[in-house]
Amino acid sequence: MTAKPNLTLVAPRPVPAGPVDRNPGMPLDLDAVRALRVNRSAVERRAATMGTRRTVKKEWQAAWLLRAITLMDLTTLSGDDTPGNVQRLCAKARNPLRADLVEALGVGKLGIKVGAVCVYHALVPAAVEALEGSGIPVAAVSTGFPAGLSPVPQRLEEIRASVAAGAKEIDIVITRAHVLTGNWEALYDEVKQFREACGEAHMKSILATGELATLGNVARASLVAMQAGSDFIKTSTGKEGVNATIPFGLVMCRMIREYFEQTGYAVGFKPAGGIRTAKTALEFLYLMKEELGDRWLRADLFRFGASALLTDIERQLEHFTTQRYSAAHRHPMP
Amino acid sequence: MAKVAEIFETMEYGPAPESNKEALAWLAQHNGRFGHFIGGAFTEPAATFDVIDPSTGKLLAKVGDGSKADVDAAVAAARAALPAWKGLAPHARARYLYALARGVQKHSRLLAVLESMDNGKSVRETRDIDVPLVARHFYHHAGWAQLLDTEFAGHEAIGVVGQIIPWNFPLLMLAWKIAPALAAGNTVVLKPAEFTPLTAMAFAEIARDAGLPPGVVNLVNGHGETGAAIVDHPDVDKIAFTGSTDVGRIIRKATAGSGKKLSLELGGKSPFIVYDDADLDSVVEGVVDAIWFNQGQVCCAGSRLLVQEGVAERLVAKLRARMEKLRIGSPLDKAIDMGAIVAPVQLERIRGLVQQGVDEGATMWQPSWACPTEGSFYPPTLFTGVQPSSTIAQVEIFGPVLVAMTFRTPEESVALANNTPFGLAASVWTESINLALDIAPKIKAGVVWINSTNLFDAAAGFGGYRESGFGREGGREGLWEYVKRSNVKPAKATKPAAALRPASAKVESTEGLPAIDRTPKLFIGGKQARPDGAYTRRIVSPSGAAVGEAPEGNRKDIRNAVEAAHAAKGWGRATGHNRAQILYYLGENLATRADEFAARIDALTERGRKAARHEVDAAIARLFTYAAWADKYDGAVHSVPIRGVAIAMNEPIGVMGLACDDASPLLGMISLVAPAIAMGNTVIVVPSQVHPLAATDFYSVLETSDVPAGVVNLVTGDRDALAKVLAEHDDVEAVWYCGTQAGAKAVELASAGNMKRTWTSWEPRDWLDRETGEGREFLRAATQVKNVWVPYGE
Repeated sequence: MTAKPNLTLVAPRPVPAGPVDRNPGMPLDLDAVRALRVNRSAVERRAATMGTRRTVKKEWQAAWLLRAITLMDLTTLSGDDTPGNVQRLCAKARNPLRADLVEALGVGKLGIKVGAVCVYHALVPAAVEALEGSGIPVAAVSTGFPAGLSPVPQRLEEIRASVAAGAKEIDIVITRAHVLTGNWEALYDEVKQFREACGEAHMKSILATGELATLGNVARASLVAMQAGSDFIKTSTGKEGVNATIPFGLVMCRMIREYFEQTGYAVGFKPAGGIRTAKTALEFLYLMKEELGDRWLRADLFRFGASALLTDIERQLEHFTTQRYSAAHRHPMP
Repeated sequence: MAKVAEIFETMEYGPAPESNKEALAWLAQHNGRFGHFIGGAFTEPAATFDVIDPSTGKLLAKVGDGSKADVDAAVAAARAALPAWKGLAPHARARYLYALARGVQKHSRLLAVLESMDNGKSVRETRDIDVPLVARHFYHHAGWAQLLDTEFAGHEAIGVVGQIIPWNFPLLMLAWKIAPALAAGNTVVLKPAEFTPLTAMAFAEIARDAGLPPGVVNLVNGHGETGAAIVDHPDVDKIAFTGSTDVGRIIRKATAGSGKKLSLELGGKSPFIVYDDADLDSVVEGVVDAIWFNQGQVCCAGSRLLVQEGVAERLVAKLRARMEKLRIGSPLDKAIDMGAIVAPVQLERIRGLVQQGVDEGATMWQPSWACPTEGSFYPPTLFTGVQPSSTIAQVEIFGPVLVAMTFRTPEESVALANNTPFGLAASVWTESINLALDIAPKIKAGVVWINSTNLFDAAAGFGGYRESGFGREGGREGLWEYVKRSNVKPAKATKPAAALRPASAKVESTEGLPAIDRTPKLFIGGKQARPDGAYTRRIVSPSGAAVGEAPEGNRKDIRNAVEAAHAAKGWGRATGHNRAQILYYLGENLATRADEFAARIDALTERGRKAARHEVDAAIARLFTYAAWADKYDGAVHSVPIRGVAIAMNEPIGVMGLACDDASPLLGMISLVAPAIAMGNTVIVVPSQVHPLAATDFYSVLETSDVPAGVVNLVTGDRDALAKVLAEHDDVEAVWYCGTQAGAKAVELASAGNMKRTWTSWEPRDWLDRETGEGREFLRAATQVKNVWVPYGE
């Protein structure tokens, strides 16, 4: 009747196994942004089965949790941060697992360490110093974190200052008002400026999904942030009422896939805030594997923003090696 | 631990088996042998058949093959238990149903694992979907048991109910059958599917442990012959069946004329419609839930993907990518999406149909990964380039096979969606509420899911249109299938039909002049029509006086009337207010000619002018009753556990045939026509065969009352012959028949052709009695419930 005899299909783009090219961004494509459709109930249904359709047990679980450690931006973002607690965090970043556990798991050769340490600008020097020689990058939250409402010149200056202080990664926050008012040009311009200010430092754009009101807005903000040249898109500051959830993650991953299919550039994803348990971390890994593929299970394309998560993972790994339930105080605190 | 370092690099999934230890222990406890559950006790199996784990091909248990004697014993036990069970206070029955719900929850994991082993479906589904829905069904119906006497006043249990269930959702289908039956006070003889009897046996233990009185639930295992013995059993009052349309048809024929109430939930080829403004990534997951849920072995599976042309390529590309990610494997593995096909015979059927699809030229695509070689597995399969004329686009494959077609416009999507003999479910994907709610009522299906699929709940009715069966399961609409009226008053017996004779032109003289000849005609498509056969039936009064002649309609007249009724289907879209106005107007115009009609009825029946006038007045009142109802027979918004609503809409059935009895020549006809057209149906009426002239007089009332052409068509003649033609007509969607048991049987037999709804009675009704002759019972029969699920949230 109306069916075409054959659909001509473009095969999905292959993802490079090795290093990916940085996303240079592209001109703002408002048609693509406005054409986005997100059905919340359907997204939530898919999200609800992410952790029930997949699970990993025994050796697989241990390996996946080790992987999770390497994907972690070990984070402290408190008003009372001092060089002292940041040094402690950095020491933990170098040696996230007790030596006996590393040995018991037989993963000494893997050199397990976290993906990055994430701090406020003021603590960047302390972190850089503490991590010297470890190969662990320092990430700085920037641009008037967490609200992002300080004057634009100051926000740009803050990025440059953090980069100058040795931060290799900059987590910027977007102006939520641009999303809520549909001012995509302004959002695009802002993120593009931030990216320019970052220079060689990789930029993670925090969307503050919990303040964007709808999943449609999350999708649109994700796409604009990628068009403006983000290396990563990140869910939250950790300071919003709702932070990293699987539905937010699902919507953002679908946008990353969309952008990759359109441009060939692989953008990373960072859920942050509220990821405290090994179980939740695994759910995010299932999400990445299912929606984006194995390539997004490497630290250049995926990070957790977390602080308490590491301890829970250590407890689970100890349980795996001993078959006894572990306690937090048995593991060195970050 | 070298493995950990290796997996760290590959990031593969590993095995994640759910333990089957408890389930195996339970099987061992029964020595791997099960008989039947009759009168509260397990019987010793005589002849047995093997129950196989389809994922391994290994024997799970040996189960008794039910004989006719077993069925007799079960029916006898159910009959014996009936008076006490039916006589229990509603609250007492509620307690039992509550205990069953609790029992299911207490043993939820055993049931989930056992179901997975027996059926091959993934333990994730049995654990997260099947078993929770089973418990929910018993909870919900514990509530109906509690409320039965007030919410279903004037009704009572039907009696002993025979139930036959399929293998695709063994325990869930058992719950859908048993919970409402018990809530309404019936006792049950149920046959589980021969592939999957094990959870039913576990349920029998739960029922026994809950203290359910012996004989209230009886389970007889076996094959088709066992089912046939239940269907044919003279002491069974109702049959409820879920399964294939072919078997449903056999059951319809087997029960024809028996007076057994029947509800059938049959096959489907449900459309999954995607418009170009849908959230395509969510659509992909919807498709996964539609056709790869339970390996596609779902009667309401969204198996026909209809995509708007502009987004078809993108969607198919996304689907293929998604299919690559699906995992198939051991059903007890907690990290798989798809398990095993229930049995090798089904696997072969799927393979055969897929091959046929390929042979007919459609493009088949399957993911690159391989299925397990041991056990009955079949990969997710997508056909593109499919035409409506392809075999795979028409027949129910009952496997993980999706056929995709494209459409250009919403109108065309509806045409394609409805281009099937089935009508079970549909899924509609669009972000436009205007489009979604415009399309939902246009689709011929009992369930429509907006931006979702395969949502089920005990509070919402489930069941089909067309050859997907009739009756509903779940919700208030489902309870009606398990009760009958306790207050119907019979009328006097009918008189024998007049014989067909050559027309004799009897002319009454008036005032010295010959009377002017009156030639009643048929009334088809708003026009008076001479009968195709050009024969006339002489109508005589009980005393033998010639009253006049009536045209003798034949099958071609019926054919023409059905065409006319279809042409008038805009009637179904008219507003209730509009239909009410016309029904009132009919009453008004009948009233102005009340004396004339009374005279005619008196001449026909010789019951006296007063009685005749009484009948006319009752007919006028009846028209007012249904004028009143036309804008008041509201649907419902069901309380289902989603953020959203399930709207139960009462929709007209469509084109209906109405065959009238002879008790009240005018009122008997009005009592059928008025509710049918009030609800938006168009009708072909076969008036009283003995007294047809009140009906032929009535067409001039129809003509003067603005009834649109074709809404009411009158074909007089041999009632049973014409009713049979109507019942055989595949474009007639329902037949009501009031007449003889033989005539009812013929109608029900013939109705199996397109599985049309029938409502027959051979116990004459007292049409003059309002309680018996009018009301919601008629409105229910004139409508079918469509549940439209509308999740929302931005």
